[in-house]
Amino acid sequence: MTTINSKIPAGALADKWKEYKDHQKLVNPANKRRLDIIVVGTGLAGASAAASLGELGFNVLNFCIQDSPRRAHSIAAQGGINAAKNYPNDGDSVYRLFYDTIKGGDYRAREANVYRLAEVSNSIIDQCVAQGVPFAREYGGLLDNRSFGGAQVSRTFYAKGQTGQQLLLGAYSALSRQVNKGTVKLYTRYEMLDVVIIDGRARGIIARNLTTGKVERFFAHAVVIGTGGYGNTFFLSTNAMGSNGSAAVQIYKKGAYFANPAYAQIHPTCIPVHGEFQSKLTLMSESLRNDGRIWTPKKKEDAEAIRAGKLKPTDLKEEDRDYYLERRYPAFGNLVPRDVASRAAKERCDAGFGVGTTGLAVYLDFSEAINRLGENVVRARYGNLFQMYEKIVDENPYKTPMMIYPAIHYTMGGIWVDYELQTSIPGLFAIGEANFSDHGANRLGASALMQGLADGYFVLPYTIQNYLADQIQVPRISTDAPEFEDAERGVKERIQKLLSIQGKRSVDNIHKELGLVMWDFVGMGRNEAGLKTALERIKEIRKEFWSNVYVPETETNPNIELEKALRLADFIEIGELMARDALLREESCGGHFREEYQTEEGEALRNDDKFAYVSCWKYAGEGNEPELIKEDLTYEFVKRQQRNYKS
Amino acid sequence: MEKTINITLKVWRQASPKAKGAFETYKLDGISTESSFLEMLDVLNEKLVSEKKEPVVFDHDCREGICGMCSLYVNGHPHGPDEDVTTCQLHMRKFKNGETITVEPWRSAAFPVIKDLMVNRNAFDQIIQAGGYVSVNTGGIPDANAIPIPKPKADEAMDAASCIGCGACVAACKNGSAMLFVSAKVSQLALLPQGKIEAARRAKAMVAKMDELGFGNCTNTRACEAECPKNVSISNIARLNREFITAKLKD
Repeated sequence: MTTINSKIPAGALADKWKEYKDHQKLVNPANKRRLDIIVVGTGLAGASAAASLGELGFNVLNFCIQDSPRRAHSIAAQGGINAAKNYPNDGDSVYRLFYDTIKGGDYRAREANVYRLAEVSNSIIDQCVAQGVPFAREYGGLLDNRSFGGAQVSRTFYAKGQTGQQLLLGAYSALSRQVNKGTVKLYTRYEMLDVVIIDGRARGIIARNLTTGKVERFFAHAVVIGTGGYGNTFFLSTNAMGSNGSAAVQIYKKGAYFANPAYAQIHPTCIPVHGEFQSKLTLMSESLRNDGRIWTPKKKEDAEAIRAGKLKPTDLKEEDRDYYLERRYPAFGNLVPRDVASRAAKERCDAGFGVGTTGLAVYLDFSEAINRLGENVVRARYGNLFQMYEKIVDENPYKTPMMIYPAIHYTMGGIWVDYELQTSIPGLFAIGEANFSDHGANRLGASALMQGLADGYFVLPYTIQNYLADQIQVPRISTDAPEFEDAERGVKERIQKLLSIQGKRSVDNIHKELGLVMWDFVGMGRNEAGLKTALERIKEIRKEFWSNVYVPETETNPNIELEKALRLADFIEIGELMARDALLREESCGGHFREEYQTEEGEALRNDDKFAYVSCWKYAGEGNEPELIKEDLTYEFVKRQQRNYKS
Repeated sequence: MEKTINITLKVWRQASPKAKGAFETYKLDGISTESSFLEMLDVLNEKLVSEKKEPVVFDHDCREGICGMCSLYVNGHPHGPDEDVTTCQLHMRKFKNGETITVEPWRSAAFPVIKDLMVNRNAFDQIIQAGGYVSVNTGGIPDANAIPIPKPKADEAMDAASCIGCGACVAACKNGSAMLFVSAKVSQLALLPQGKIEAARRAKAMVAKMDELGFGNCTNTRACEAECPKNVSISNIARLNREFITAKLKD
């Protein structure tokens, strides 16, 4: 049986990270120049890691699939970034940010990791301000804060509704500075297609140059994966079109454990689906819930009339509206965590109170805020989001309430890492959304940016040295080594196989089928029968894909169908893993809701006696069931409770 | 409620950077007016793939108007006829039934075509690498509130920083100038005390790189500002010129 070591330092919660740093091994400046590090991904985690490692003097190779590091999907994060600065003097502290994050994650994250995250959060804000990130400010010149779900303090820093953009451009500028200095070499329009393992350690990658189609080999002393989440398994999600889980699947197949794949976040405030041609879903920032009130009609006949276009939402009197979040959760109201808000919306729509032409939408209403604050204040806070909504839906949200519905947004699960962010393969690290580590079963709003930058700026640059310190004698290995050759051959065979099928269905067509199975059976409400159906259906989809997909062989590159096909092959693996993990976990926690396990009031019902562990899946070869390894989540400092957002 | 239209597309096809390109004509029926322009191109590509033809290559990623990756010249306008949007946010309701729509890549010497509608905008990265940053390392930073910044300055910096690096300004400019892009970054950082310290050095380095990469000069036609999907103002160009001249005078 495989054992697992999370390498959590001993000692008091607040001292662990300091203790670690005081005693870890370091690499001296002269040796850093001799060590190569590959960083895959240029989002908040990847760019901040590549920049910081370059600054330290390591020789960094940084890969991204887009034409520029600035395109990474972190750029689309809207609302903000949390930190425990307590500038508003409203009772915040490192401990409280830690506690809110642990509780928000439904007690399924590691205490030590989350505490470290809260601890470094303040340095992130300092760092970004120094880079020239134009955060929102008060008239006195100091930084402004707002509130996000799952918190009773205002700890979220923001830059209009474009916080992710500004933070990413900050990391991108730091990265660009290192490119100029020659410490980082950028590889744009490259896609990683395998990791190379030599003597049990990660020593490089195989990547495809998307512009030329050439498959190339790259050596490094350590490899860092910062390639984001796997939400696009569902086809429709708020992820970018190119976001994929392929790097995660490749390293999983080489022995890295995949942890908690079932934990996916369904974001409550997205623009509803409009039709079958739809390519992706657009998020409306959680920050809108600071001032927007969520409701559905109180009477079914009103909901029906609205759906039929006979009644407008603005026609409904105050007493005919059901502000269901305020009704069910008086203490947190519209600012309950995302999983709670999403399920509540589904509950109303399933019960027949949904609006929009499909009945799969609820209202997010700003009329009260506009009356209280004036349209100008609302415009200053959310102007770009309102504009975006109007461009997509063709309705003016200043005059009529927005329509929203939940959509897949973020994946808490991911590659298993220890306290050092190292995977179960020595020399291979995973950072940001790509790892599983800090959000448990549900992520709080404005915490993804925090975690990505914490990993990249302040955690990995320390912990990776503890690994590299005993690698200084390792010379650069030639990419002619047989391990590189084997890995490259494997990639080329996979590509050839896809090109040779010449079937009848397009990649997107099969991907949409997978997405529907995922949404219907592995989505917001899961149950045993449904998950078993999903496992069956995914098997069929895999067979269909590998025997009936059509991928054209093009004379010149890029070959966009081939790129998508390679990613879909991996999404199918992830989809199966998600269903398998969800079936195993006979409890409800955070974003994982098993209909069989709920309280009388319909809230998630955990089973701490049986499931207080991280489920780590170890690949066991094609066609075999992966091995389950459990990492027990022992709570030394916090008492697990039923989450309560009512009082 | 759903309305559909029939359209004719004239799409620029070019197999590789050196290949000779040409327009191909495609007819598409029953396009939902609720779908976005890129979703319409998805439909076209599905159709081409089903006919075993090569799909049209175009850049796109976030599809919510912020990553700056999409880049189409639609009916003579970068990002199409709608205002203040990127191509991915352009919707088919802006087009009429029976309309012929012309789709081209960015046309600029500094942005060579890679394939079909996809161009190489690496020059923008190179300009930022030349100096579009504040020279601080990670860590050892004073508290974020140590230096108060007047709100109007911070807001102005934010407006400049909203540039998404799509290149519409260059594509719109008859000279192929990158002044709006460069000035937005120079302004953002020059307005803030953190960036002010090396403002002169930055302006010189970025302008020198821009000139080296073959972008044209600015002749104040304001086409860039009119076509910018994020409304970045040409007042930034005035600020860049001030920073640049001051820097040169000091030399």
